[in-house]
Amino acid sequence: MMVDLSPLWLTIQLAGTTTVFLLLLGTPLAWWLANTTAKARPFVEALTALPIVLPPTVIGFYFLILLSPTSTIGRFWVNITGETLTFSFTGLVIASMFYSLPFMVQPLQTAFQAIGRAPMEAAAMLRASPINAFFTVAVPLVRRGFLTATVLSFTHTIGEFGVVLMVGGNIPGQTKVISIAIYEHVETLQYAQAHQLAGGLMIFSFIVLLAVYSMNRKLAIHVG
Amino acid sequence: MSDKSLIIRAKLPFSGHTIDVNEIVPLTGTTALFGPSGSGKSTLLRVIAGLETRGNLFVEFKEEIWTDTKSKIFRPPHQRSVGMVFQEDRLFPHLDVSGNLSFANKRCRKVASPITMKRVVEALDLAKLLTAHPSTLSGGEKQRVALGRTLLTQPELLLLDEPLSALDIRRKAELLPFLDKIPREFGVPMIFVSHAIDEVARLADEVILLSPNGHVSARGPIPEIFDTQEMHDFTGKFEAGSFLQVTVTGQDVKFQITTLKFAGKVLRMPMVASLNIGDRIRLRVRARDVAIAVKRPEGISIRNTIAATISEIKAEPNTAFAEIIFTVGAQSLRARITRQAVAELGLEVGQDAFALIKSVSFDRRMMISALG
Repeated sequence: MMVDLSPLWLTIQLAGTTTVFLLLLGTPLAWWLANTTAKARPFVEALTALPIVLPPTVIGFYFLILLSPTSTIGRFWVNITGETLTFSFTGLVIASMFYSLPFMVQPLQTAFQAIGRAPMEAAAMLRASPINAFFTVAVPLVRRGFLTATVLSFTHTIGEFGVVLMVGGNIPGQTKVISIAIYEHVETLQYAQAHQLAGGLMIFSFIVLLAVYSMNRKLAIHVG
Repeated sequence: MSDKSLIIRAKLPFSGHTIDVNEIVPLTGTTALFGPSGSGKSTLLRVIAGLETRGNLFVEFKEEIWTDTKSKIFRPPHQRSVGMVFQEDRLFPHLDVSGNLSFANKRCRKVASPITMKRVVEALDLAKLLTAHPSTLSGGEKQRVALGRTLLTQPELLLLDEPLSALDIRRKAELLPFLDKIPREFGVPMIFVSHAIDEVARLADEVILLSPNGHVSARGPIPEIFDTQEMHDFTGKFEAGSFLQVTVTGQDVKFQITTLKFAGKVLRMPMVASLNIGDRIRLRVRARDVAIAVKRPEGISIRNTIAATISEIKAEPNTAFAEIIFTVGAQSLRARITRQAVAELGLEVGQDAFALIKSVSFDRRMMISALG
């Protein structure tokens, strides 16, 4: 019997979408954390790091409550889209973003801190506006940080299980990602299918990481 | 205020003291901000550039207010028409030399200017480096690129934050001529920060001396500033000396000697091939390198013997030394000899004597400075 590959595509879709949105959200957050002297910084840092220490079921549980149609956010979503956030792909993306947030923010924050203020000052003295300097100086200087953050966020999202189970359940084509599908195969003693998915995921992950590490060396900037 | 000046008022805490400065700096030639490490010289440059925002600050540039913390006026650094060369080169490591130069060129002020990519590359001798990566350059080459990059922004004022301090003596000597010719070649005034007297002597027209506690303790043109007590307090008597403005009158290739004239007197020094006859240059003569004779000495190897009148004798209490100041034409020449010699030779103010300048005492590195 041929294994159903749709969980694999769904997983890649979820990880991809989550990573793209995290890049957009996490980059300014990491930049702010790296440069601010605001008193709120440690609070934001602690909040950002929470998903590392919390069991995924805890995150999933609170997102289930937060996104459910009885909550303010959930009801608002139902009113404008007609769909619920819980047990939907959108809900999974939102929960995954929080779940993988530290894996995007922390490498970027470290990278931004490592380059310091000096290159940005130099860029300002060459008449580059702060936004322009960010894209033409800071981003290229921390491209390895971006690579690390992107890969970590993507792979971490692929590996999630607890959050998905709590928030998304197990709806084929909607929320049934690969980790859930494997779990289901094992529960129903379909080891052959479990092997195909698990093995496929292993090979895929290995190829991705291999590509990343090869690229990482090429991206290195010689500072001396 | 004049449309050709920079007004800076700054009062801000800095490493254990308070920088408190209120100066008007003319936007012509080269001004040195001179003082000991940790006095806040670099911070003042950063205030002008808008990189420092702490404290009570006021910066007015050519009648435009750039910073006024009282009325909350602040022009962001990238909109100020100044360029800054930092102590470390701060070249962008993700771009090659040509990329670093174009980064500035693309964003430059759109003005008619003698500063073009071609001329900058030529003047700073960058042609061979264009495709090189910053990490492969020597310290001096990096600073030349940094300087060129900054010039290409078409600045109305160049701020140099100890651009030589990270270099060894040889690299310094390589870079100095480049720094020296920028104001003349491109007509951009400079303010540079330094704690090295030879750099200041070589490059500056005017010196602002900053005390260790962050105040301006003396200010004036070279050579006068070197006659002030404040300058002596900082540089010490050992470095005390005089500046002579002289004209190049000849190059003797056979003996490798350059002859110079000042106030009707002739001086000789080891040949500097880059000089042309008629060039006006500035020499620095250290007081400890000048000896005194009451009669014209004969059969002596010292080539520079100048008849002059003693205008001042300053004994240094509690030391063996005294400083003798000669007047030669409109210029003065200092000698540092022992008080015992003063007494035994019977030197007095108003007396004619001979100043013996050891020709070897001319220091190549600090010797030449164009006076315009």
